[in-house]
Amino acid sequence: MGEGELRKIAKEIRIDILGMLSEAGSGHTAGPLGAADFFSLLYFGGIKKDTDKVVLSAGHYAPVLYATLAAAGFFEKEKLKTLRKLGSPLQGHPVYQSLPGIENSSGSLGQGISMAVGMAMANKLDEKKSMIYCFMGDGEQNEGQVWEAYMSAAKFKLDNLTVIIDRNHIQIDGHTEEIMPIEPLRGKLLEFGFYVMECDGHNFIEMKDVLEKAKVIFEKPKAIILHTMPGKGVSFMENEPNWHGKAPSLMESQRAIIELNSKS
Amino acid sequence: MENLNKELFLSDGIEMMSMRDAFGEVLVELGRRNKQIVCLSANLMDSLRVSGFKEEFPESFFEMGIAEQNMVGVAAGLALSGKIPVAATFACFSPGRNWEQIRLSVAFQKANVKIIGGHAGFGNGGDGANQQMFEDIALARVLPNVVVMAPCDGNQMKKAIAAAIEYVGPVYIRMMPTKKEVLTSNMTPFVLGKAQVMKEGDKLTIIACGQMVFESLKAADNLGDQIEVINVHTIKPLDTETIIRSAKKTGKVLTVEEHSVIGGLGGAVCEALAEELPVKVIRMGMRDCFGESGEINELMNKYGLDAGGINRKIKEILSC
Repeated sequence: MGEGELRKIAKEIRIDILGMLSEAGSGHTAGPLGAADFFSLLYFGGIKKDTDKVVLSAGHYAPVLYATLAAAGFFEKEKLKTLRKLGSPLQGHPVYQSLPGIENSSGSLGQGISMAVGMAMANKLDEKKSMIYCFMGDGEQNEGQVWEAYMSAAKFKLDNLTVIIDRNHIQIDGHTEEIMPIEPLRGKLLEFGFYVMECDGHNFIEMKDVLEKAKVIFEKPKAIILHTMPGKGVSFMENEPNWHGKAPSLMESQRAIIELNSKS
Repeated sequence: MENLNKELFLSDGIEMMSMRDAFGEVLVELGRRNKQIVCLSANLMDSLRVSGFKEEFPESFFEMGIAEQNMVGVAAGLALSGKIPVAATFACFSPGRNWEQIRLSVAFQKANVKIIGGHAGFGNGGDGANQQMFEDIALARVLPNVVVMAPCDGNQMKKAIAAAIEYVGPVYIRMMPTKKEVLTSNMTPFVLGKAQVMKEGDKLTIIACGQMVFESLKAADNLGDQIEVINVHTIKPLDTETIIRSAKKTGKVLTVEEHSVIGGLGGAVCEALAEELPVKVIRMGMRDCFGESGEINELMNKYGLDAGGINRKIKEILSC
């Protein structure tokens, strides 16, 4: 699929994210918008194979996962507007087995990565040749369990595990380096035994490069530091920590969607 | 339940076995029969007696280091991928330290993880308060979807582990390190969730679990047919039918556990009886306090959790 096609899909995903969040009245906006390009590439850019698994560790990114899964045909798009509603399979944070394509429950930061490690270990035991992609947040790196998981991933040489850290520099209370600095992130990951790559999370060519490279690095787990802009695509949301944990009102989402549609 | 008593083995030449030795043995036996079983350790391999499993199934054994939160999360990931993980460390660390991980990664996902809480209760005595654990039953049973067991001896531990492996879903089993009296035999039946009337009586019902079952039987030994002793090896799901039937008969209940009187077996029994058949329930256990260093028998004696202490309590209750 060409870059133009992927951009179109990413735009639709962003529109769906905004729509479902304003309908729900709560949820996380900035992260999901920033991650839309990556998720488009992962599911539509020939990266993720059917046997691969995507483990969302940063559970609050649910809107981008739901929108991408719907776009990819895992379930009907009509379900998106039921986000967070009573009885909906689209729970506020993903629930294991609620929908096809949801591999785990999440929401408590730092836990998905451990599960991803376990899944990768199971695949090694069963000699299954598939990749576990674990998507995490940068604020999430504050949790000690994350580093326990990294140590174990290196110990067990989990080259069937690719961790993607959404480096958007915000978390709910503000900028990551003000809340609890995590730099030097690349250095830490390297010292913890990962093969580390970085890329611009809005450049499809760069992202595709690192994701393909991740498939051919052996004997160690892979980490991709994905540099994204929180709220990407909506001018009044970009780089605003306030939009981390806030959902747009109907008017705000309509304004945002108009803006997205006006861009080519 | 009547034929249970015939199988009881209570004499001076009584066999001594530690629950952890039994666990280590049965895990290897079960591992031979089911290749999906994997074992995770948190740097307490020998203390939890899982070295035997490691030796025979090195591919299925994972040393996770002193990182209990990751250990249980990894176990969940293994379970979601079809394995049957047995994650063993001290109860104070699991469910103590990693309770929230058990909550989300295991209980909420109904992941097929078996959590073994070693050194529960007074543990090995000498280590002291921090590694003794009197809150694990409370922590485990308050989580939805978790089966909670406290076998009464080494023999029963083997059956509990086998039942846990067969059961599909999260299980927590508390385990003790010390060599203690074996009061059941290989013939003693075991059904997950079914309480066992070890001794029949009509004046007082003692409901106990773990090592306190033997102590209760010893305490009731020379009191004729007055004391009924029930072994509640499965605290959740609780066999309320058996408990209520007994309480109806005797009208008086005493619970005994090597655990806090808050939230454990006593708490569960009170919850059940209050709703169905309110009777007076006296709870014996740790009275909202921590433990301390000492020899196991000394500690049990000091905190009233031995045959002598239970006997005194029985007499107190019966004299009212």
